[in-house]
Amino acid sequence: MSLELDLATGLLYLLVFPGFAFLFVYGLTAEYLDRKLYARLQNRVGPPVVQPLADFLKLLAKESAVPEDATARIYNAAPWTGLAGVFTAMLYVPVWSEQAAFAFEGDLVVVLFLLSLPSFSLFFGGWYSGNVFSRIGTTRTITQLFGYEIPFFLACFAPAVAAGTLSTSGIVAFVEANPLYVFVLLPAFAIALLSLQAKLERIPFDIPEAETELATGALVEYSGRKLALFRLTKDVELVVGAALLSALFLGGPAPAGAIEGSVGLVAGVVVFFVKTLTVIALLTVLKAVVARLRIEQMVDVFYRVLVPVALVQIALVLAVGLYTNGVIP
Amino acid sequence: MSEKASGTEIPVGPQHPSLKEPANFTLTVDGEVITGAQMKLSYNHRGIEQAVLSKSYIEAIYLLERICGICSHAHTSAFTQGVEELLDLEVPPRARYIRTLIGELERIHSHMLWLGVAGHEIGFDTLWQYAWRDREIVMDLLEEITGNRVHYSINTIGGVREDLTDEHCETILEGMDDLAERIDFYQETVPNEETVRMRCEDVGVVPEDLAREYCAVGAVGRASGVPTDVRKDAPYAAYDDVDFDVITDDRGDLLARTVVRIGEIAQAIRIIRQVAKRIPEGDLKASAKPPQALLAQVPEDDVVSRYEAPRGELIHYVRADGTDTPARVHIRVPTLANWPTVVESLKGSYIADTPIVVAGIDPCISCTSRIGVETDGNHGGENAFDLDELREYGIEWYDDRSDVERPSLDGDERTVSGGTRGDRA
Repeated sequence: MSLELDLATGLLYLLVFPGFAFLFVYGLTAEYLDRKLYARLQNRVGPPVVQPLADFLKLLAKESAVPEDATARIYNAAPWTGLAGVFTAMLYVPVWSEQAAFAFEGDLVVVLFLLSLPSFSLFFGGWYSGNVFSRIGTTRTITQLFGYEIPFFLACFAPAVAAGTLSTSGIVAFVEANPLYVFVLLPAFAIALLSLQAKLERIPFDIPEAETELATGALVEYSGRKLALFRLTKDVELVVGAALLSALFLGGPAPAGAIEGSVGLVAGVVVFFVKTLTVIALLTVLKAVVARLRIEQMVDVFYRVLVPVALVQIALVLAVGLYTNGVIP
Repeated sequence: MSEKASGTEIPVGPQHPSLKEPANFTLTVDGEVITGAQMKLSYNHRGIEQAVLSKSYIEAIYLLERICGICSHAHTSAFTQGVEELLDLEVPPRARYIRTLIGELERIHSHMLWLGVAGHEIGFDTLWQYAWRDREIVMDLLEEITGNRVHYSINTIGGVREDLTDEHCETILEGMDDLAERIDFYQETVPNEETVRMRCEDVGVVPEDLAREYCAVGAVGRASGVPTDVRKDAPYAAYDDVDFDVITDDRGDLLARTVVRIGEIAQAIRIIRQVAKRIPEGDLKASAKPPQALLAQVPEDDVVSRYEAPRGELIHYVRADGTDTPARVHIRVPTLANWPTVVESLKGSYIADTPIVVAGIDPCISCTSRIGVETDGNHGGENAFDLDELREYGIEWYDDRSDVERPSLDGDERTVSGGTRGDRA
């Protein structure tokens, strides 16, 4: 393949699919579906289709003030870093086949790191905005980060251990070849779902922004364009997180991955939508049926319950691996 | 005010998302734990007690009804019952039953509203939406009977203004059947939902001795094991003719208050069913005389009237000077009686519990708002002002405000920049 063609496909990946344009549209659509389903579960009507876009554009048009007490540079840069992180992460997550847009051995670690960026950007933005509610919110963001990252990493490493690779594409190929692993990995999938919910700061883990306690916490001072970026980050993070979970635990494009040619491509994308929307729907239902926890209760649940379960899951995966390789009779 | 505790100070209110009305809590926090709490009330002087003095007893009913949008019937009932006592009027049974009916419908609508708000405060928005949807059953009934959703205007001195038809009774019974089903659902699910338990159990605990010491009223007192209920202790309207239980609990936490309030809704349904089935025939008013003729007979006397409002014991004091306007009306609302327990139970709680602890007493700030002046005790050695002194004090206070230091955050050096955000005395 010539260098020009490489560059062109690279740009296509980056800007159109599965990069910027696709994530923007799918992120807003996911927000709409999330809000609509949430509303229907609560017996409300819910927003119209264009509401997320209208909210986004309206915020763009509004004044984006910087508080007097804020450290302006960090305050202004924070929204961009989180957004850049989640957009980049998507390039390493397989969408239409087992092969992601870009892949190398160990890209799973990079994806996990990039998915942590929004929390850190929220921390820096909130901490340096010079508001007491923001500070409490950011302290909670970081406390919560320590709570969910370890179970989340452990859960994501379970399929990696099974596949013997740290490449997301490699894991997808492995689970596709051994579909029964989807069932072996179910506990890890559940842990990853809960951790993702905590990562996205949604009920019952919306402790850092807790509207009724902290008036949205870290985001208190943000307005206009910068707030719009933070909200877009949340939407895109939801989609990327769902895509990562469907790739790691649900076999990515399987069973469409085996189909050759452009039909396979389309089928792969359809399967991608079905699986990611299932993950999003699960997160929405969880949001609708519980109350918000307190920060110490959240950390308690994650450390006391989810970490041991994740460790048992990895042991289980190892045992299954040894069994299938004939080491254990 | 109280002693200064070290740590970060968080102002909650007068504008805060968890408070829909103005009140201020200054919380001193150490990490996530509240070490000190102070409260300020009365950001909004409404002047209703003063305004009533320029109205006749009849006009006063409509003004007092507007003290609160939730317990409007409680205020008019307490006032009219007081005036009836002054006039020595015997309210006919049918009118007493109608008053009971409206009062209990109002209690259901207030408690359902609270249940929704409590759900929202602990981040359980689905409970909020469900409770408010089911509350519409009662709102529709109230609208059908009285023509209004919140200000029913049904009380008048000596009786009620609207009659209840047989069709009304049937719709009420149907509505109660629907509602009873929903309440069974809440009684079963809400106290047993794991996250609700985690957020409400052992939170904002008011032990029985504290509840007695601070004279907690209504559901707050009953959830702490103090079985006070004016409906049983000093029955008014038709409460001595109907069967109902006073719901109590001895845990004193927020879960207990939730259970008590849901239980009270169930009891209210029971009362309403009895009223709708057994309402006697008869007159609506004690006397056929025009109201002006009645008012001409008001003697020179005073009276204290008690009523069990949805939030607890409501007291109206009325002093009559023999004219057709009251000489003094003073109102002690239940929220005022319950505030001290909030300040006490906030100490030692988590910041995250603030909204639900505050909302736990079902505060009504529009009821509570009276004029409140902090004095330094230097005005003639008394905490009393006449109007001119008060005006002078106000001017001085606002002049001094520009010199007030802004609160500091963790030892941050912060400059004084006029009266902007976060500024307080």
